[in-house]
Amino acid sequence: MGDLFSLFINSVFIGNILLAYFLGMCSFIAVSKNVDTAAGLGFAVIFVLSVTSPVNWVIYHGLLAPGALSWLGYPGLDLSFLKFITFIAVIAAITQAVEMVIDRYSPGLYATLGVFLPLIAVNCAILGTSLFMVERNYTFIESIVFGAGSGTGWMLAIVTMAAIRKKARYSDVPEGLQGFGFTMIIAGLMAMTFMMFSGITL
Amino acid sequence: MKLKSRSEYYDILIKGLWTQNPVAYQVLGICSALAVTVKMSTAIVMALALTVVTACSSMIISSMRKIIPSNIRIIVELAIISTLVIVTDQVLKAYFYDISKQLSIFVGLIITNCIVLGRAEAFALANDPIDSFVDGIANGLGYGLILVLVAFIRELLGSGTFLGFQVVPQFAYDLGFQNMGLMVLAPGAFFVIGLLVWLKNSLPGISSQKK
Repeated sequence: MGDLFSLFINSVFIGNILLAYFLGMCSFIAVSKNVDTAAGLGFAVIFVLSVTSPVNWVIYHGLLAPGALSWLGYPGLDLSFLKFITFIAVIAAITQAVEMVIDRYSPGLYATLGVFLPLIAVNCAILGTSLFMVERNYTFIESIVFGAGSGTGWMLAIVTMAAIRKKARYSDVPEGLQGFGFTMIIAGLMAMTFMMFSGITL
Repeated sequence: MKLKSRSEYYDILIKGLWTQNPVAYQVLGICSALAVTVKMSTAIVMALALTVVTACSSMIISSMRKIIPSNIRIIVELAIISTLVIVTDQVLKAYFYDISKQLSIFVGLIITNCIVLGRAEAFALANDPIDSFVDGIANGLGYGLILVLVAFIRELLGSGTFLGFQVVPQFAYDLGFQNMGLMVLAPGAFFVIGLLVWLKNSLPGISSQKK
């Protein structure tokens, strides 16, 4: 239990998927202009990550990993090179399914999250989390915790960024640095603050 | 299909490389642009891999553009791109094993790199295959240009080396020069790219982004 908690804290703060591994930058820059939309996208990412990460774990360890198909009589088969195409297909299918389910059962939530779901299919943070999960040999339970933790970390970063950009709207930024450049500098400062957490040992 | 004159290809190249550089101008593909820039060698390999994938996928998608039904085009594009990425990954593992270990998951993340899908959507679906191939190369190299620049600055300031060779002489260290540890860590990448964009926007001859 303690291990899982420390994995969660680790993936939210120290190994923040956005500020330490630069995943999901595109939507981070594009959607961080408004706190409400940032929070909406953040929730959608947490949700999709907590679902795709364990599903991809099952698919990888049940079908693709070296020797996984030995029950079919192919003990030497190693399909792990197919993980990229499988994972992206799973992610696209799950976002599509989630979109339809939300649309059917919760129109209110759909109105807030709906526009973001197609965006998420090509968000590097989602694919990156699945690939990290494979590379770091997590167990099934760990893959759920890691997915939820990465999503929470991503949301924390994008909401903070949106809040800072809102405050910074009236600041006097040199011309040429405005927009993208300024956002990157803020992100750098945020990454520095998040690095302070690496002193924490649990 | 007839080939265009040289100057038209030149125009496409310049657009991708400089005036509409995908990273600095269109703000695409920075997801992986930063993570691989601690060292020059990984940055160069990553840039080449992305150029090959973008060029080939643009060409394939463009030659299929008349038969892809438009409502499922994203999934078709993703399938083509991921196939190319798998091929690239296998080639890297076979011939550059050390570097492919360092790039770890970031080769796989070329699939979700916005440049590849962005060029497929914005250019390949409306132009013929050879144009799209040139456009893919131009955008890949434009991305590579920023990547290598960032990596150059980070490696030089962070470890005092260039492609693994020591360039900051020993007497500088004796005089109290120190490597900038910040540059090797994540925040360094954000600062360098932010400052580079500032520099690019301040150079003459480039229309800066509309506010």
